[in-house]
Formats: sequence, structure tokens, C-alpha cells
Amino acid sequence: MKWEVVIGLEVHVQLNTVSKIFSGASTAFGAEPNTQASLVELALPGVLPVMNKAVVDKSIRLGLALDATINQKNIFARKNYFYPDLPKGYQISQMELPIIEHGKLAILVGEEEKVIRVTRAHMEEDAGKSLHEDFHGLSGIDLNRAGTPLLEVVSEPDMRSPEEAVAYAKALHTLVTWLGICDGNMQEGSFRVDANVSVRPFGQAEFGTRREIKNLNSFRFLEQAIKYEIQWQIDTIEDGGKIQQATVLFDPDSGETRMMRSKEDAHDYRYFPDPDLLPVRISSEQIDTIRAAMPELPGQMKARFAEAFGVSAYDAALLTSSLAQAQYFEAVASATGQGKLAANWVNGEIAARLNREGLDIAACPIAAERLAGLIVRIADGTLSNKLAKQVFDALWESDLGADAIIERDGLKQVSDVGAIEKMVEEAIAANPKAVEEFRAGKEKALNALAGQVMKASKGKANPAQVQDILKQKLTQA
Amino acid sequence: MINATLKQLSQQLTAGQVSAVELATAYLDRIDALNPALNAFITVDRDKTLAEALAADARRAAGQAGLLTGVPIAHKDIFCQQGWKTSCGSKMLDNFISPYSAHVIEQCQAAGLVTLGRANMDEFAMGSSNENSFYGAVKNPWDVNAIPGGSSGGSAAAVAARLAPVATATDTGGSIRQPASHCGVTGIKPTYGVVSRFGMVAYASSLDQGGVMAQTAEDCALMLNVMAGFDERDSTSLERTCEDYTRDLAQPLAGLRVGLPREYFADGLAGDVGRIIDNAVAELKKLGAEVVEVSLPNTQLSIPAYYVIAPAEASANLSRFDGVRYGHRADEYKDLVEMYEKSRAEGFGSEVKRRIMVGTYVLSHGYYDAYYIKAQKIRRLIANDFAAAFAGCDVILGPVAPTAAFNLGEKSGDPVQMYLSDIYTLSVNLAGLPAMSVPAGFADNGRPVGLQIIGNYFGEAKMLNVAHQFQQVTDWHSKAPAL
Repeated sequence: MKWEVVIGLEVHVQLNTVSKIFSGASTAFGAEPNTQASLVELALPGVLPVMNKAVVDKSIRLGLALDATINQKNIFARKNYFYPDLPKGYQISQMELPIIEHGKLAILVGEEEKVIRVTRAHMEEDAGKSLHEDFHGLSGIDLNRAGTPLLEVVSEPDMRSPEEAVAYAKALHTLVTWLGICDGNMQEGSFRVDANVSVRPFGQAEFGTRREIKNLNSFRFLEQAIKYEIQWQIDTIEDGGKIQQATVLFDPDSGETRMMRSKEDAHDYRYFPDPDLLPVRISSEQIDTIRAAMPELPGQMKARFAEAFGVSAYDAALLTSSLAQAQYFEAVASATGQGKLAANWVNGEIAARLNREGLDIAACPIAAERLAGLIVRIADGTLSNKLAKQVFDALWESDLGADAIIERDGLKQVSDVGAIEKMVEEAIAANPKAVEEFRAGKEKALNALAGQVMKASKGKANPAQVQDILKQKLTQA
Repeated sequence: MINATLKQLSQQLTAGQVSAVELATAYLDRIDALNPALNAFITVDRDKTLAEALAADARRAAGQAGLLTGVPIAHKDIFCQQGWKTSCGSKMLDNFISPYSAHVIEQCQAAGLVTLGRANMDEFAMGSSNENSFYGAVKNPWDVNAIPGGSSGGSAAAVAARLAPVATATDTGGSIRQPASHCGVTGIKPTYGVVSRFGMVAYASSLDQGGVMAQTAEDCALMLNVMAGFDERDSTSLERTCEDYTRDLAQPLAGLRVGLPREYFADGLAGDVGRIIDNAVAELKKLGAEVVEVSLPNTQLSIPAYYVIAPAEASANLSRFDGVRYGHRADEYKDLVEMYEKSRAEGFGSEVKRRIMVGTYVLSHGYYDAYYIKAQKIRRLIANDFAAAFAGCDVILGPVAPTAAFNLGEKSGDPVQMYLSDIYTLSVNLAGLPAMSVPAGFADNGRPVGLQIIGNYFGEAKMLNVAHQFQQVTDWHSKAPAL
């Protein structure tokens, strides 16, 4: 049987506010345990939550970027359950009237654009952390993370493959970092993904029973976990089994998902409006003010790049995978007037080199104007592609500009017809066998001769000219 | 001196007739002598009190004294106070020394009031008789066989027995007014949001409101000037300009429209209590007040609505008492769940457990709409009833409780009977209105009875005006029990 995969994602986006959602305690990551837990996070008797308004502003930014409805009346609810890292015994979250509803986010599937619907996004506080190691059979509690503001972004079950799920997660990650509302650091848990996965026979209208994979903190794990889960569900059904609704965890070591709790163990969270917090009302003026300050969004910039610089949709998508990347490209493209060339270099050499060295574009040793210097010399024929790569390597290692490197290393491409003719003649004279083969109709022999010429020129001869002149000389004689 | 009002003590301190240390010592000595029989205090700490008194005297010597600097006060054990055990009447917090102070405590300390001790109360403010305290029941100073009322029974008994001239208290469903009535003292519960709840251990957050008890309305007004005011640490604290609550005390009552809700004088009100309220109304008429009948038709529904909403909020508010970070933790347990279960089973008393269970039930999936949502709708109707009533009157008068104080043990086995005695006080909290209890006479069994005055939103000054004028022509408030 052919199976269709259905995936919906719930993403916990940590908002990068200075202080916590309901107290003035710092949200900085990595401090000594419990040094960033105020009376509020410790849930001492008598303490009360006070809303951090910056959380609302940042949430509105995402809502606008998702072209969503911003609810102007927001209610916080208590979600009740006991766990040691949840000091109050309830999490303050939103149930009815979340701040964002009915949004949409475009992803690229191959060359096709697909729109994923965002059901809702609600504001809530993060829990602390339970530390189960180093305490000799006991557990330690670190409340530094407790009260960190989260925006939980819930999608519709619109994705039909692990690749689409990853594309959506990446697009959302791009957007929240682009907007400057989240640092995007997945290792530190700033962007955590839960995946709801089900399968159904192709053509069936009803969804299959879903299982939720919790807390995936990298795109690679997201893809691996979904792939494993899909196969597990298909195997289970084909073996005559039934999928039971459950929450599962992904183990990156084994690459498998395993059951955390079944539907029977599901909590009754007993949501009710938190009487300690008044409804948060958002005025139309507040939304308008935030809208006016919105940056150009990845989707808009993508379209503009295609239009203004003639780059392909695929390249434009890659170039707008982060704001820093897009700005870098635009600087290079504008300075050189060579959009396609700039796109090739930014998406090619630069991306590969950064990836190899584990660097972010922001930390790229070649600033945009230095890459522009290189691209200008490619465009004007000074450098062949081969020489350009040599210059690129030198740019990466030094602070010199492209021209200075070309000068220093004598890498200027030789396009002087006389000089090339001389080298070609020498090559023809020195390789009679190849000449014979070419004349006998073996086209490949030309490449061998061209290679000799390039070698003689130490790679500096203009390859196109070498080809032309070679052909000319061989057919003339 | 021991019978002096706050106002008189303030004058004596200002005139240099007495020092804060002398005052504190006199009250501490009286507490030592009488508290063993009354059990009004959970914690008394002579050293701490005298240190505060010394500081108050020093402040006065430096010319930095305020009106109430050096006046002693008892604090209900629900207000977190730095360095003091803050038990909330519970075994759960028997080991909890608060590392911070409530807004109310900070305000009192800024005014220079001297802490006499921590007043007993029903566990987590749940109760109408003060029999639910882990530290034992408080006795009514007028009759040690009678309950003092609850949950602020320790505060009321302390003021009535002159163990303190003034005491802080809280009111979630009548916990200031009912014990004030039963002990013959004056108590005020302000409009919801007037006094910050920061540092007040939460019972039912949407109903809890801090207030005060003293001998007179004037003293209550002076104290409200200290306690009220916006506090950004409480999101439900109201941001409004400060009022002088004494400003209208001397206003004549001519033309005052007094509403009598017919539902408050129906079946269930004891005859002697009814006569006392009638007499009080007659006194006010003599002062020029005009009586109008009003109706609060949903009064009966206040009991089920309150006993859904308050336990629902309490069930979540009390989840933080889990034995993990502070408070009682069981000695032995085999895993996390057993630690929770045993710590909470041992740490909470039976009334607290009952309300946590009721609250958990009414919020459960499938029951939420039928109980919690329904109760919220009733709450709205009750507020509407008051709004309609206040269209035709300035204050509403009635009894505080159906009877004078009942006997200790009389209703402790029957929670529903106990809940029914809250009939005249619950609606006020559900609507968020201010209300007072003012001593108005004695029942046939010799126990005090209070008159309830209910004001419109922010009508504290008006209520205090009515109470003060009443106290100018009556002397019920200055009667003290023989001890």
C-alpha cells in the first residue's frame, strides 16, 4: 500500500527579552544554577506575576510577519500539573484567545512554493530544568530557565514529508531570527520542535492516529526522528498493529523514538484564567506602530532579489535563509552589478567554506566589499574561475584586497593574443601525436593540448581564448 | 493605655507621654498574660518587637516620626514578613521563615508601626470559625466557649482583648467582617485592588483583599492611609491617586440614602441579630439618613458560586506547597510522587484538603463548564445586582452573619452548615466591593454583633464616614470584654 505522511509542528520559540516574562530576573543562558531565579521563579508564598510588555511586542512582530490575526484581548491561563521544575505547580500559558491566530508561512518544496498554515501562537513561561546526573541518585533543580518567555507556534498538519517539515522549521527559524525576537540557538534550547506525525493510506480523507515526538533541538534530529517514526508507524500498521495516540521521545544515539506516555496517561491540565493577571489588551495603534517598524521580510526580499538581480528562486531562497546572509549578498551584488555571479559565490564558495569551518556569515573573514573586489575581476576577465578560487583562498587567509593579491601573486589572466598564440604554437610543435589525433577527428585531443598551454602559462592564460586560438591554428594548417 | 485607640496612642507618642518601647512592653506583657487562654497569636518575639520599638523611638527622637510611628500592630500570619515565621496557620509552612516582606508589611514598617506578633488564623484563610488553624482554635475574648470567627480570628480576638490596638487581616469571603462582628471590633475590607496582594499568601486570588481591624472607624481610616496604594508587583493593584480615608469622617449624614436589601432580613436571620441591626438603622435615621429598600436577588447563589470559584483558585494556588523548595516535606518517601503525596497529606489540614479537592473537581475536564463557568456567570449577576441597588442608595446596610458567634465545635463537623453562615458576606467579595463590620450591640447570649456596611466601588471614605458618625452616637465599639 502507498502511504501518505501527515505532519504538524509545534515550535517553542524562546523570545530574547532581557528579563523574564513575569519577573525582572535575567534570562541570560548559562549562569550558575538558580542564580537567576527570583522570588517569583521560586514561587514563594505570596509572590505574583507581572507581565513583561516586551513579550507582547515581540509576539506581535511574528504575528505580522506570518500575516496572522493579532488578538487584541489576551488572556493568560493556568495549566496545572506537578513537576519539581515547575515551582508553582502550574504553568502560565494561553488557552483561549492566543495572541496570534490564522497565520501562514511559505516554504520551498523543490522549486515549488507551498504555504503552511499556522493555527496559532501563544505566549507562555518556560519551566526550569531537572538535572538527573551528578546528584547520587537524587535530582537537582535549576530554575534559571523558569519564566523565560516562550512563543509556542502551532502549525496545521499541512506537511507531507520530513523534508517539508524541515523546510517549515527552517523557514520559521529564519523568520524569528530575522525579526530579532529569538537568538535561534538550538543547542541552548532557544528553538525547540515537537512533531505530530501520522500516516494514512493515499487517498484517505481522515487523518491517521498521531504520535507526538517531543523536544527536537536540531533540524537533523527533526528529520531523523520523523523518518524513523514514519517507518515505525507504517511497519506497525502493515504488521496488523494499530497506532495508539502517544507522546514519544527521540533518542539521537539509537536514532529511534520511544514511548514517553500514552493517551491514557495524558494530563487533565485543568486550564482556567489566571486571576493574578488582567487580560492584556493590545491597541490598534500599538499594532500599527510595530507594523511601521517591520523590516523587509525574507519572502519579500526573495522576490526582490529575483527581480532586481535575476537570480533563480532557489538561489534567492538560499540567500534569504538569514538576514545577515541576505544583507551580505545584497552588498556584493549592488557593489558589482553582478547578481548571478554574486549569488553563485555567496551560495557556493562562501557557504561551503563557512560550513566547513563552522562559522556564521556574520563571522565571515571575507567582508562583502572584499568579495565584491574579486567578483569585479572575474567579470572583467582579469581572473579565470580557477584563478578566482586561488584569489578567494588568499582573501580568506589575509586582509588584502583582491587586486593586491592578484598583483602580489601575479595571478592576472593572460588575454594577450600574441602571447597566447606563441604558447599555442609551442604546444602544437611539442605534441605532434595529439595534433594528429585531433585531425583524425578525436575532439578530446584538443583538451590535452589546451591543458599544455594552460600549464605553460601557469594557469594564467584565458581558457576561452586558448581554445579559440588552438582550434584556429589546427584547422588552418 | 491598653484601651486607647490608635488615634489616642498616636497623640500620646507625639506628646512624649509614652515611648514606643513602653507601649510595646505593655502589650507584650498583656499578650504573655492572656494569650495562653486566647491563642490569638502564633508567634511572639519580644526581642524583635523591642528592636522595632527602639528604632521607632530613635526615629521620633530624630524628628522623622510619622503619625503612627511607634504604634504597635499585630499582623495576620498570612502576610509574609522578612525574618518572621509566616505559617498561614498551616503545618505546611510551620518551618517557613519568610525571606521577604509583603507590600502591606513594608507600608506598615515605613510608617513606623511596631510588630507585636503574628496573629492566628484559619489554615490558608479557609474557615469561618478559626478552628482550622494548625496552632489550635482562637478563643473569643467575650466568651472562651465561642468561636472568634474566621479566618482572621486571631486579629479580631487580639484587638477585642486589647492585646493589640490594631491588626492587619484579609477577607476572601468575610474573613475580616465576620470575626470583627463576632469579637465586637471595627473591621474594613477595601475594594478589590486597593491594597496590594503582593506578599499575601494567596487563597483565592480574585477574591482576596487585605484590610484592617481596630476599635474605631477612625483608626481603620488612619490604617488604610498606610496600607492602600498602587503596587506594581501586583497586576490587580489599581493605579489611582492616593486618598485620605479620614477626609469625610466628620461629614453629617443628613440626606444619606441607606439601602436595606430585603434578602438580608429574610428567613435564617436570628431574631436578636435582626433587632440589633434594626436599632442601628434607627440610629442612622436619627442622624438624618434616609432608608430605602433594595434587592439583591441572587444572594442565595453567592454560596455555591463562592464555594466553586474560591476552591478552584485555591487548588492551583496551593500547588506550590509541594515540599520541593520550602515548607513541610515528609521524612520518608520512595519516589517523587510519594514525596508529593505524603508531604501534602501531612502538611495540610482537612478543610484545606477538602477545598483543594473541590477545586480540582470543578476545574476537571467535563465539569469545568457546569461549575466554574456557571459560577463566573453567577458572579456577574451578583455584581449587576449591586450595581442596580447602588443606583438608589449610597451604602447598603445589613447583618454580617445570621447569628452571633456560635460555640467552638458546634459546626466543625458539618462544613455545609459552616458555609451557609457566610451568606451575607460572600457576595461582596464576588462583586469586589468594599465593606465593613461595625460593633452594633450584643446578642441574647451576650456575644457581640456587628452591623455590615457595604460601599460602592472606592466608597471606603463614605463607609468610614457612616461608621464614624454611628460611633459618635453609640459606644458599642468601646466596650471591652472582662478578662
